[in-house]
Amino acid sequence: MTTMTAQATQMYQVFIKATPEQIWDAITKPEFTEKYFYGSRAKVTRESYLSVDGEGHDLVKGTVFEHDPPTRLVHGWRALYDPETAAEDESRVTWEIEAQDGGYSKLTVVHDRLEGAPKTATSVAGGWPYVLSGLKTLLETGAPLAG
Amino acid sequence: MDDDRIFKALADPTRRHLLDRLFERDGRTLTELESELEMTRFGVMKHLRVLEDAGLVITRREGREKLHYLNPVPIRLVHDRWIDKYTEHRVAALANLKHELEETA
Repeated sequence: MTTMTAQATQMYQVFIKATPEQIWDAITKPEFTEKYFYGSRAKVTRESYLSVDGEGHDLVKGTVFEHDPPTRLVHGWRALYDPETAAEDESRVTWEIEAQDGGYSKLTVVHDRLEGAPKTATSVAGGWPYVLSGLKTLLETGAPLAG
Repeated sequence: MDDDRIFKALADPTRRHLLDRLFERDGRTLTELESELEMTRFGVMKHLRVLEDAGLVITRREGREKLHYLNPVPIRLVHDRWIDKYTEHRVAALANLKHELEETA
């Protein structure tokens, strides 16, 4: 069996039948993120990215480096939901949104600078495909993924 | 976006092998990938193109190099659409059975 070796630079891409503005809102507004991002509520300003759970505990925190709606968001990522990942170096997440033909948009997520955060790298490698699949389902059907 | 392209891309052992190599370590160049396969550079390029068209491989330019990354999201979409749907009840039934057997043990 092949063991999971999480990468220090991870790339994810998905085509979604939605406008860049709709995708931007789904990434940056808590009432959307709680429907597909493990129930977390993300609060995004020009300065900071913070997501919290239902009880208000911090899950992910980072400085916002680039905030260019509706096409580009770059922010730091410190995973506070686990003491081991919280102790690691801050990594970086880049969201790129490009309009495509036929009412589609291409969403690319790059999670990099994970060299100093191997436990975070393993954690998010399992999480991103689930989250992005859920985001696509939410925007295309209006319903969160079952389960 | 296109299930047919994904299934077609996965229906070839060389392409599945390329995905496994990228799963182990991605961000690789064509030259690196080619060195692990008994195949011409042109052959590897052709397979990578099919994987790219299916969205399973993404490329990024870094300086003079073109790096290939595995994109697992389409496989997750296939899983959510084609696997979960058919296995959910059976897996749930087995989980219940296990639970009941362990309760009575």
